[in-house]
Amino acid sequence: MSNTYIGMFDIIGPVMVGPSSSHTSGAATIAWMARQIYTGTPNSVKYTLYGSFADTYLGHGTDRALIGGMLGYKPDDIRIRKAYEHARKEGIRVEFETDRETDTGHPNTVDILMNNEIGHELLIRGVSVGGGRVRIRRINDIDVDFTGEYSTLLIGHLDKTGTIAFITNLLAEHKVNIATLRLFREAKGKNAFTVIETDSFIPEDLKEAILQHESVSSVDLIEI
Amino acid sequence: MNWDFKNAKELLDLCQEHNMPISEVMIKREMQLGEVSRESIRDRVDKCLRIMNVAVDKAISDPVKSMGGLLGGEANKMRHLDESKRICGSTIYGAIMSALAVAETNASMGVIVAAPTAGSAGVLPAVILSLYENEDISMDTLRRGLVNASAIGYIITRNGSVSGAEAGCQAEVGSACAMAASALVEMMGGTPEQCCNAASVALSNLLGLVCDPVRGLVEVPCQTRNAIGAVGAYTAAQLALADIGINIPLDEMVQITFDVGRALPESLRETAKGGCAIAPTICAMCSKEAALDKARKFM
Repeated sequence: MSNTYIGMFDIIGPVMVGPSSSHTSGAATIAWMARQIYTGTPNSVKYTLYGSFADTYLGHGTDRALIGGMLGYKPDDIRIRKAYEHARKEGIRVEFETDRETDTGHPNTVDILMNNEIGHELLIRGVSVGGGRVRIRRINDIDVDFTGEYSTLLIGHLDKTGTIAFITNLLAEHKVNIATLRLFREAKGKNAFTVIETDSFIPEDLKEAILQHESVSSVDLIEI
Repeated sequence: MNWDFKNAKELLDLCQEHNMPISEVMIKREMQLGEVSRESIRDRVDKCLRIMNVAVDKAISDPVKSMGGLLGGEANKMRHLDESKRICGSTIYGAIMSALAVAETNASMGVIVAAPTAGSAGVLPAVILSLYENEDISMDTLRRGLVNASAIGYIITRNGSVSGAEAGCQAEVGSACAMAASALVEMMGGTPEQCCNAASVALSNLLGLVCDPVRGLVEVPCQTRNAIGAVGAYTAAQLALADIGINIPLDEMVQITFDVGRALPESLRETAKGGCAIAPTICAMCSKEAALDKARKFM
């Protein structure tokens, strides 16, 4: 779990595979977060790069970092250099596309579209905001905004009365203190994501307990 | 006791009140805010120093081409420079070589410690490791240097910028230079005031430095900028240790650097649309297609 003050090792760090904190380290982190949000193992991943990512991704190893993060490698993992090879061995097909037309509002943006053999598809949009820090900005069709710097619970559910109360009661029972809680939804009564950033460790059985609610479809724990 | 500080003035007040060097205040702050032990901080500092050391040594002994193909072998070439041609003395000569080396490691996807950024990662290790190798410096003093530098980097990050895209190379190599200058002063037994004076002079000496990476890559002129950042740190530290300065407090200098950075045109803030990035000769050398081809063939 990262801290929310600027500490010694935020300045002397991150320890990372070069050459760029935004284009390499940040890219690996976005992909790692996407992998944690995806349920199961993807067998094909398509990356769409925008802005500066589209212009300079090869020279910054952004592609290798994005594949490495998908394989669970942290930004300092030297295996990022040979990520293409490792992805091939693990049977994950990767594809890169650049989009220089669309303005996503931030120069370093990537869309990660994950799929598997049973057709479970998930799209994550991430932006790399500098110094290795990142934000997740979209999940499928829903605009979201979180950083992963806290222990983060991402809960997919239908926007129905009482769902949030059910979830927050469970957190209180498990003595998990909420730092921030935000609801992002398609429209009233439609698909929604609740993002809860916490100050403490999130126990595994809390995930299971939240999943028991009839409106809840997914619970993911994100830690970078 | 609250060990947090927002700027150089508050840091110096804490140092004076408790009669401590900057590194000790920074350690106390980290222990308090991070709820971690002194030992765990020392372990992480040692880990950073080890990685920095490898990042230096590897590129000198075993050079590889960079991703973009513009770098590779410069540190090794410096290592083999004829002794009759070495004009700087072993400490500064070693720092120049090490700064080149880290830039090569970074540009070839090796592991580095951003300090404060990946593009400027050569300055601090080059400066403190060369002093450690060439002078009678203990391992603990070396650790103190790294921690001291992090305090200056924190002040700049909090009150200014360390992003080339936001404030030019002065925010990256300039900040690294200020951090390293302050580290040197503490390592040589200078006072906290002298540390901050060194950092202020270091920033002022690189004020206005633009970020103009050829092809947008962290290669040229980033590598040689790391070398001048390292030498600049020695200059600023030497001045501060002799109590020669510019009488601009560090907090003011951080603000001035930030203001100058934001006044730089966008073409000189990491967009590769100005400065060295558009030098006709180098543009011809590394046409887009040629550069992409090199990156694809990398490794």
